[in-house]
Order: sequence, then C-alpha cells, then structure tokens
Amino acid sequence: MAGKSFFIDTTRCMACRGCQIACKNWNQNKASETQNWGSYQNPKDLDGNTFKLVRFSEMEEDGKIHWYFFPDQCRHCLEPPCKDTIEGYVDGAVIQDKDTGAVLYTEKTKKVPYEEVRDSCPYNIPRKAASGQLVKCTMCVDRVSAGLLPACVKTCPTGAMNFGDRDKMLALAKKRLAELKKKYPKAQLLDPDSVRTIYLVIDDPQKYHKFAIASNDRKGISRKLAMKKMLGPARQLLKPGLLG
Amino acid sequence: MTNHWIDIANSDCILIMGSNAAENHPISFKWVTKAMKEGATLINVDPRFTRTSSRADIYTSLRPGTDIAFLGGMINYILSNKLYFKEYVAYYTNCCFILSDKYSFEDGLFAGYNPKTRSYDKSYWAFEKDKNGIPKKDHTLKHPRCVLQQLKNHYARYTLDKVSAITGTPKEDLLKVYQTYAATGKPDKAGTIMYAMGWTQHTVGVQNIRTMAIIQLLLGNMGIAGGGVNALRGESNVQGSTDHCLLWHIWPGYLKTPRASNTSLAAYNKKWTPTTKDPLSANWWGNYPKYSVSFLKSMFGEKATAKNDFGYDWMPKVDDGKSYSWLDLFDEMYRGKFTGFFAWGQNPACSGANANKNREALAKLDWLVNVNIFENETGSFWKGPGMDPKKIKTEVFFLPCAVSVEKEGSITNSGRWMQWRYKAVEPKGDCRPDGDIIVELFNKIRDLYKKEGGAFPDPVLNLKWDYTSNGKYDPHRVAKEINGYFLKDVTVKGKKFKKGTLVPSFAYLQADGSTSSGNWLYCQSYNEKGNNAARRNPVDKSGIGLFSEWSWCWPVNRRIIYNRASVDRYGNPWNKKKPVIRWTGKKWVGDVPDGGWPPMLTKDGKLNPKTKYPFIMKPEGHAHVFGPGRADGPFPEFYEPLECPVSENPLSSHLHNPTVKLFKTSADKYLMTCDPRYPYVGTTYRVTEHWQTGVMTRWQPWLLECQPQLFCEMDEELAKLKGIKNADLVIVESPRGKVEAVAIVTKRFKPLKVEGSVVHMVGLPYHYGWVHPKNGGDSANLLTPSVGDPNTKIPETKAFMVNVRKKGV
Repeated sequence: MAGKSFFIDTTRCMACRGCQIACKNWNQNKASETQNWGSYQNPKDLDGNTFKLVRFSEMEEDGKIHWYFFPDQCRHCLEPPCKDTIEGYVDGAVIQDKDTGAVLYTEKTKKVPYEEVRDSCPYNIPRKAASGQLVKCTMCVDRVSAGLLPACVKTCPTGAMNFGDRDKMLALAKKRLAELKKKYPKAQLLDPDSVRTIYLVIDDPQKYHKFAIASNDRKGISRKLAMKKMLGPARQLLKPGLLG
Repeated sequence: MTNHWIDIANSDCILIMGSNAAENHPISFKWVTKAMKEGATLINVDPRFTRTSSRADIYTSLRPGTDIAFLGGMINYILSNKLYFKEYVAYYTNCCFILSDKYSFEDGLFAGYNPKTRSYDKSYWAFEKDKNGIPKKDHTLKHPRCVLQQLKNHYARYTLDKVSAITGTPKEDLLKVYQTYAATGKPDKAGTIMYAMGWTQHTVGVQNIRTMAIIQLLLGNMGIAGGGVNALRGESNVQGSTDHCLLWHIWPGYLKTPRASNTSLAAYNKKWTPTTKDPLSANWWGNYPKYSVSFLKSMFGEKATAKNDFGYDWMPKVDDGKSYSWLDLFDEMYRGKFTGFFAWGQNPACSGANANKNREALAKLDWLVNVNIFENETGSFWKGPGMDPKKIKTEVFFLPCAVSVEKEGSITNSGRWMQWRYKAVEPKGDCRPDGDIIVELFNKIRDLYKKEGGAFPDPVLNLKWDYTSNGKYDPHRVAKEINGYFLKDVTVKGKKFKKGTLVPSFAYLQADGSTSSGNWLYCQSYNEKGNNAARRNPVDKSGIGLFSEWSWCWPVNRRIIYNRASVDRYGNPWNKKKPVIRWTGKKWVGDVPDGGWPPMLTKDGKLNPKTKYPFIMKPEGHAHVFGPGRADGPFPEFYEPLECPVSENPLSSHLHNPTVKLFKTSADKYLMTCDPRYPYVGTTYRVTEHWQTGVMTRWQPWLLECQPQLFCEMDEELAKLKGIKNADLVIVESPRGKVEAVAIVTKRFKPLKVEGSVVHMVGLPYHYGWVHPKNGGDSANLLTPSVGDPNTKIPETKAFMVNVRKKGV
C-alpha cells in the first residue's frame, strides 16, 4: 500500500517529551497554564494546542514496577471514521493526502459538531482550536512533502519514533515485534492494518492508554454515523456524477 | 569522562547509578539504546524508579547515601569469587604495591587520623620502597601487605547481610547486580558506569567515585572501548569550565592554585611537580613546569620574564590549609566579609545548598552584579519572600547577556570533545556576549588602576589583554592563546618553529618562557592546521565510534584515555573485536595512544626497557586502587550522610565521614542525630523538561506546560500515614527551610527496610524559584544542608532529613 506510516516503538521511549515539544514548536501551538495534577503528564490530555501528548501510566505487577509511556497522536487511519462523520455535514472538510495518506482537517471543520467527531474516533483524537476549527496531528505533511521527517520523528533521540514508506515501516514493526515477543509474550502492534501510526507495546494496550487500541465496544458512535456505515457503499453510488 | 558519549554503544553492560540518564541526558540514551540493541544489559540502581529505570533490564533501589556499602559489597563479591582480571590488576594497577607497615585500618578510621584537626597524616599511607626509591611490588598479589590483600580485608566486612541492612536493597537484587556486572571482568567484555550528581553530591562524594573506579580497575574496564568511568556533566560546557579553572583550587589544565607557602615559582613548581625514581614510569605530570610557565606567559606576555619568575608574584595565592569553595564563599558572605559579588551566569539564591543562608548573604553585600539572560531569584533577591527592600543596602546591577546561539565560541562536552559553535542571530537590544562584557569591564578596571594606583596594580597593569578584533571580543584570539604560541624562533625535537606560530601540541611546550599556552591540555586544539575544534568530518575510521576528525578532544585528540591498558603487555588488544590501539611491531595504530612508547614486553616476553607503564598520569604509572591522596582515606569506607535516619553504622562506630567540617553560623542548622521532627530522608533531583534552577526553562512556556510546579514524590504508605492524596499540596520542611509542593504519590517510591526499621523517602526537583511562575513553588535548596565532601566541598544535596505534611494540617 502506498503512502507513509509512523512506527512508534514504545519500548524505546523514555518520555523525554522532545516529540511533544517539537510538535508544538513546528506548529507554533501555544502552551496553556497547567497545574501538576499528580503526574508528570501535562497537559492532561490532547487539546486545541496539543497534537502530540506523551502519556504516563504506572502500575505494579508481580512485585515489578512498570512505567509505560505512550506518545499519543492521530493514527491517520486508512478509512478514518472522523472523515465519515465530518463529511456527513460538510464536503471537502477533510483531505486525505494522496501522497502520504495523511488525514488533514481544513477550515471547513469549523461548521461540524465537535463532540460527535471526537466520539466517532476510536482513539479520541480530534480536538477543537480556539478558532473553532478541528485540529490534530498533520503528519507534518508540509515537512514531509519537502523531504523532511515529521518534527517529532526528527527530534526523537532513541528511535522510538520512526517514519517512512508504509511497507518499510510495517516491515520494521514486524521485525521489532518478533524480537520482543521472545521476552514479552504480550507484545503486539496496535491496529496495524487500519492505521498509519502503528504502535508497538509489550503489554495490554489498556495499560498504556484507554484509547490506545480501537475496541469494538466504544461509546458514542452517533446514530448518524451508524446509519452512514450501513448505507456506506450505496451512499457513494448516490454521489452526483458517479452514475453519469 | 575517561571515554566519551558514543563509546557507550560499545559496552556489554551499562550501570547507571548516581544518575538518571534517560531523564537528564536523553541524547545519551541514543547510545545506550544502540548498546542494548547489540545485546548489552542495562542495570539501574536508584532510590526511586525513574524514566531510566523504565528502560533498564535490571532495576533495584537503595537508600540515598549508601552507595559505598552497595559497591563495597560488589568489590567483596568480585574478590571472593576471583572475578577480577588478574593480569590487568597485577601489572596495570597498584594492587601489587606493598604498603608500609604504618598503614592500618580499624573501626572506621585509617592510620594517621588526628581527631583534633579531623584530618589525616597521609604519610601513614605510603608505599614500601626499595633501595632505589621505587615502590616494592608483588605481582603474585599474595604478600599480606600488598594492596590487593588489604583491599580484600577491607571489603570482607561488606557482606550481603550488612550491605542489605544498610542499603535496604534485597539480597537477591544485590547478587543479581553483582553477578551481571562482574561478568565484564573478562578480557573481551566491557562494563561502563554512567554517573552524575547522585554520586557526587554527598559528604562521601569523591569516595563514591573511587569505589567505582576500583571496581572498573579490578574488572579491567579502564582504557577499553565500552568501559571507563564516565561522569555525565550537568551543563553543556561545565567540562570546559572546569578545564579552564572555574574552581578556586586550580589553574587552567588542572595545575594547582599556588599556596602562600609557595613563595617562588621554583618552590611552587617543586611542590606540585610529582617525581618518580622508576624509569618505566612516564610520570607525565613531571612536565608540570612547562605548563605552569607557559600559562604565566599567556597571562602576562612579554612582561613575564625569567627575571621576575614569569610574573608568578602577580598571581593570587591562597592561604595554606584554607578552603575557598562555594560553601566557604557564601559562609564568608553571610558573615558580611564581602563587599561585592559578581553572580555571573548563575543563580545562587536557588542553586546553592541552604538557599536561605545564601539569600541572606546577598543582603549583606554593598553591591551585586548579576549577569544573566532572564530575571532570577539572585538578581531579584531583595524583593523575595521574607525580604524587606527598605532594610537592604545592596546595590544591584543587572547586565543582560547574550545566549549561546547569539555568539561564537566552543563548548566542551562530558566526553572532553571541544566543539566549536557559531553565531546564529544577533543578541537582542542591549544584551551583550559575556566576552564583550569582560573586555569592557577589565579595560575600565585597568584605567582606574592606572589613574588611582590601588593596593597592588602590577597584576592588572601587566596582564596581557589582546583578545579583541576591531574593538570586539574575539573568541578565536582566546582560543589561539589557549592553544599557545612559540614566542621566539626555536628548535624542539629536531623541528624548527617560527616565533608567533601556534604550538602543535603540548609535547612542544617549554619551561624556559619560549612558549605560551593558556591551558596545556588544550594545546593542539587550535594550531597551524587550523581550528581543530571546528572539524566536522562525520566519517568514523575506527570501527568503535571514535570519530577522530569530528571536533577535537583533549588530550591531543585521544578519545579513550588510559588506552595503553586496553592491550596486553605485548601490545595486543584484550578485545580483538573492539580494539582501541594495537602495536604493529613498530608503532601503535588506532586511537591516539597514551604515549608512543612500545609495549611492556618484547616478543620474547622480556621487559622492554623503552616501555612505560599505562597509567601515565600517576607518578608510579600504575592505576590507583589504593588512593593515597584523598582527604578521607585511601580506600572508600561507608559512612552515613551527615543527616541520616539511623543512629548506628553496622560497619564501624563512626556514623559520619570523620573529616567532614561543619559551618557555624546561625543559618547552619544540622541534625547530628535522629530527630523525630524530621523523620524522612529527603533527596533532590532533576527532570528532563527543566534545567538547573530553571532560570532559562521556567520562562519557556512549552517546557513549563509539561512541568509547571514544584512537586514532592513519596511512597503510598507514607502518603496514607500522613493523610496525603495524589495532587494534594504539601509542606516539606527541614531545619533550614520549607517549601510548598504538589504531592505525587507513586508506586515508584518504596519504603526501605533499613537496619530493622522502615525508612521513607521524599524527593523534589530543584528547578523552581519564586520569581516565576507565581504558583510554581520555590527552590528545593531551601531544605538542603550546607555541608560538603571534604575533598571537593560539593554540598550533600542528595540525602538529608525532612518532614512532610499536608498543607493546612
């Protein structure tokens, strides 16, 4: 399959937050006034100015302490549910870049009900900027089209963040998975066949982040979206121009 | 570092202890990750589970300040199980040296202790010498008074039971760490240590490092790829700063500051130039006078002549036996003994231990000049908490300076690599580079001395001061002066050199005034070949990541120092897969060898009279397992931190380092015994997102967003005991001060079982200050004690006693 992918090896992440800051830097996103809410994680969640967030989860099992780091970002799904929802309201508000596959929101998303879009995302990614536009990771498509790496990937010192042609990233992910499976039987790639941002974890995804992986029983799919999904192909056929 | 950053990737076993490398040196983890990719094991020992611990193969905890017990147990393990590298230990270290019968150790004290002065007469630690004045040796290591046997006796007391009781580390964890690390004692295995303030900021700081150095020597890990004793420096250029004598006790290049009793240049050179009677010892410091005289020529130029001792009398001297360390300076300042103070690129109001004492000390000055890029707690001390500006007489000047990207110059990293940096943008507004500020300041001072005379004008008027081009400070002029020049036409080692040309390397420096060098260690950094620090060849020819043509390192671009120990006595690398140097039969190839002399043995196994022992910077050419020069003993011995949660030391009747000195002002409050008012061990540390006292980073919104406030981490049991929930505001107090912080109740802290009781620990980052942000919290150094290591005086900010309670309770 064409286009680009991220491969994020969480076993190499040490939560330095270079990626979180580099993303802010490149996008010139503001910082908000935060408080320490009892964790190193800050801001607490993705927001209109935070497209990349390193999540910290600590737990103790069998006398061993685990501190899992999850550098969360948009998955750039191959078939993005957010796009379906948004296009239910406004055409052309979401672009799927044909070279990279990046899922990109335009100004037209200002007209779309934000909560509905966010709830349709299995990974809880879309947020609203102060301008009213929906925002999220852009895959640094402006950098990538100029032959550069996304800012987060460029900054990562350990090789947790990887980026390149999808087939290469999938191959890298599978190779790394095979290496880790020996020591960590629970190691897995998260939804590798349906997303372009492929995470590798060594434990239950839920231990990293509630929305690390797409689960079937997610709440909040609107009736509208459910209907759309049902009618899907037929709706495509009904688009003007397609049938002559 | 004896090695360098990239070399970490060559290691088979990386011990990160006394450091949280993933947190505070994240880029270093690129190399740690690479080593682990090749199969290296990462061991992390830390009182708390950190970002580094999350990446480690083996993690265990220990009580802050008990590292010598932990590592002493490892020495015991290595020796008892005969896991040391025999040939290396016998021939390259002073393990084979025989101690005089004056040496002894009993109940926590070495021979020669004077309880009145709380210091040692080190003549009791001398080696037995033969009739030629050379230390007697037993290469079989069996003589009862040889260093190895004494080492065995010393650490035989560090049993697993005792060590576990002291450190709180479970015995099976101790064994696991010892077993894994000691496996690097094989000739083709390398173990490395990455350490930082977790080891140095203790009243036994230097001895902590010594313990690890002994382990590295026993295992043959010095001088090899992937080995070494590697300090992770805390600022990008602190290595450069210490090389260029930021500290009071040295001249540039680790020459000594003269004492008042060194009444002439000859007396000074004699006192500080080590000698040896062993022709096989290179005793490189024997070249001391070449470096001291060259330094004086750089200082005073033509005004320095043989007749006036090259201006030696114009250099400041220190009183014998007196310490002028940071802690001593602030003590004097607190007593009102200073008129003025330049707080240049530093924030003592937050960075110094016992910060309240420092803040009050500032109020006793007549004037303070604060050179910095942002407003900070030092320049603004007079409007800080508890200060009444109306009652403060100090006149404060703030000089805004340029940041690193607004000026050109060099930065020397932890690996001794001097890397040239360029100017990217002009400084804003009135901000000026430090160099320009210094030049203008000195010009004015000199003018005043010319006009008004002054107590002793000679040094000021005779100082060579030609570091400007077109009226502006020129770093290239300084860099060249640091390298050094030939001051007349000379012939050295058969080569002719013209007056005014740059000296190729320190091998050509002279003691007769014909050469100058601002810092002998850096001689070669900027010579006739050019600015070697600016080289950027990214190709590595060595196969072990030396990158010898990327920048320049001291000494003479030798990337791994003590590399003569990386080969056997025939000159063959111990590890053929990762050779550092190799003898071809005629010369050495690989890294710059630690001297070009041939290997110790000829092909027929006979001693080669032209050889030199590998540890060339020691007078006797052998590495110091027995260290006869430290203030507190030749072997590291476990003592508790000054403030500790126990009343007894299982290893001796001495609870504390017997050579530690305390300060005596009313601001110096110490807990000499367990005090129920302060029952928890306190420690301080850093986070990735902030830097030092946060003067730069607290003003950076993206960084502040990540880590907005002072927090106090504690274990869940302690939190329950005190009714503290995660994110509650707490007050942390010590006898010296208190701070308000946000509680982080975490599983990553665990109470430790120590000598039968349970000990809780709390930890705080020291990045915050009252200037900004408003609810960010103040400096954790308000809690820490003004007591330091007896050798270096570095403050013990890693282990002290505190109390913690929920705010409002």
